[in-house]
Amino acid sequence: MSALIEVRDLKKYFKTPKGNLHAVDGVSFGIERGKTLGVVGESGCGKSTLGRVTIHLLEATSGRIFFEGKDISQIGGAEVKRYRQDMQMIFQDPYSSLDPRMSVSNIIAEPLRIYRKCRDEAELGAQVGRLMDRVGLARRLADAYPHELDGGRRQRIGVARALSLNPKFIVCDEPVSALDVSIQAQILNLMQDLQAELDLTFLFITHNMAVVKHISDEILVMYMGKMVESAPSGSVFAERFHPYTKALLAAVPVPVLGGKKERRLLKGEISSPVNPKPGCRFAKRCEFATELCSAEEPPFAEAKPGHRVACHHVKSINALA
Amino acid sequence: MSDTILEIKDLVVHYVTDRTTVRAVNGISISLERGESLGLVGETGAGKTTTALSIMQLIPDPPGRIVSGEIRYEGEDLVAMSPARKREIRGNQVSMIFQDPMTALNPVLTVGDQIAEVVRLHQKISRAKATVKAQEMLELVGIPGERYPEYPHQFSGGMKQRVVIAMALACDPKLLIADEPTTALDVTIQDQVLDLIEKLMTGSGTSLILITHDLGVVAEICQKAAIMYAGEIVEYGTLPHIYQNTQHPYTVGLFGSVPNLNEDVDRLRPIKGLMPDPTEVPAGCVFAPRCPEASAECSAAPAPVVEVEPGHFVKCHKRRGGGSK
Repeated sequence: MSALIEVRDLKKYFKTPKGNLHAVDGVSFGIERGKTLGVVGESGCGKSTLGRVTIHLLEATSGRIFFEGKDISQIGGAEVKRYRQDMQMIFQDPYSSLDPRMSVSNIIAEPLRIYRKCRDEAELGAQVGRLMDRVGLARRLADAYPHELDGGRRQRIGVARALSLNPKFIVCDEPVSALDVSIQAQILNLMQDLQAELDLTFLFITHNMAVVKHISDEILVMYMGKMVESAPSGSVFAERFHPYTKALLAAVPVPVLGGKKERRLLKGEISSPVNPKPGCRFAKRCEFATELCSAEEPPFAEAKPGHRVACHHVKSINALA
Repeated sequence: MSDTILEIKDLVVHYVTDRTTVRAVNGISISLERGESLGLVGETGAGKTTTALSIMQLIPDPPGRIVSGEIRYEGEDLVAMSPARKREIRGNQVSMIFQDPMTALNPVLTVGDQIAEVVRLHQKISRAKATVKAQEMLELVGIPGERYPEYPHQFSGGMKQRVVIAMALACDPKLLIADEPTTALDVTIQDQVLDLIEKLMTGSGTSLILITHDLGVVAEICQKAAIMYAGEIVEYGTLPHIYQNTQHPYTVGLFGSVPNLNEDVDRLRPIKGLMPDPTEVPAGCVFAPRCPEASAECSAAPAPVVEVEPGHFVKCHKRRGGGSK
């Protein structure tokens, strides 16, 4: 089966006074219809930029994007608008991503108005009502304003707005990070239900390992704009081939007594992605790094079928044949 | 003298505005031994930070007011204490790590001067000695002493949090309150900061109150935990009590809401509904409107505190028989 959305060797550089900031540097992935790709990494690894470039909110520096098999990397203007109906986004911060001066019903209706999806106001109102029901917002809130609502309800508005045009693909950029845990669970369940009902395809961006494991079919781990590991959700967590993935997962506190034995403290911090040096970008913080690592960039290659890793020493570290 | 360093009894804190009264903390009691670490867990609006600010005597008044209750630090009641005595204790014997390292530091002072200021305020030492002490503190949290004359914007988020920690520890406090010290940080940096706090604690015999919403963080560095909901402590006990013999339906709900790295679940089991508006706290048990086990008695009267096993307290009608159902 072919992928609904596929990107190949996608790059996005930002020009800064100090040089080019390599936010996304050669990322490729494909997501099949109805599946979820989780993108994880720490702040500054380029995961949000990746989401935005994928749906043309930012123009890629180079690379190709295919949607339903068609190359959409070069499209512009009216064509972007046409494709945007199929590709929507749920934003991280439910506080700043909603216009404070628009009522709930107007926020949800705005995409429908822009695309002239309804013949008259009555039809529009009915459609907004159906969307509110779908995401679990009480219809009495239609005339409320975002500031009157809590974070969980606001995020439901964001979900309803993203669903209003019946998209096929949704980029979810940290949709639950700003929410309390009990509310976070409500929104995650809602998104899983909607995915099953509407056959949605998600690119799910988060820094929360537990959330990404819960919701994703495939996982892509990023570090400083590069892909470091990608595999089906279970194998990433069970096998953790890349040293960065190992460190990242070991750092996550687990709410179980004695759930964590050793601290695999990762030294240092992410260095600057402006004009990065050649070689593996993780080499400086990596306990297994050798001269080869700082000289030559590791290929992103299969360590075993379906499981790709960018590490020179993946075989020796993990005792693979 | 007993070994209890902090004892809070029936603390009630309100924020009073012209129109309403926000009941932020409603009669909580905590006690903390020397060298012990307590995790204060709850969601936004549960009253965690208000509790911390009460201990620091930093509740903004108005609108905030400690309505009743005692906060005894080494036997002395902080609430009734003179402002001068409060200043002697605050920042010196009791200090706090604030949540957001980006705003907790003064952007126009060098980080070194900010640490030295704390030392000079509480210890009668010369400027030169305070500078040396500040450099030592920076080294202690893993920042080279030469970075003393740099400004906060020259540091990354994790480094700024280390500076805030250095400041809090500069006078060897006996009690440290850490308000979400790692929430703004990435996991690998969080790991470094938690490791640092843990190491500093074991060396010095300092007591710790760690405020967080992350049950994972508590499991790593605390000995006791108090679960807060709508201004009350609903469950209180040692970590094995809370994690292995979870009693209160809210605590059960919290655990059910978090996806776990070590086990697979198809669906999360979230808690229904929302936390009550703190201006209109329910008459009976505060959790009753969201509780799967609630019955008529729950919304009729406030829940009693039940000691289900020695040292394990649960505020729930349904646990009155002692032990689990």
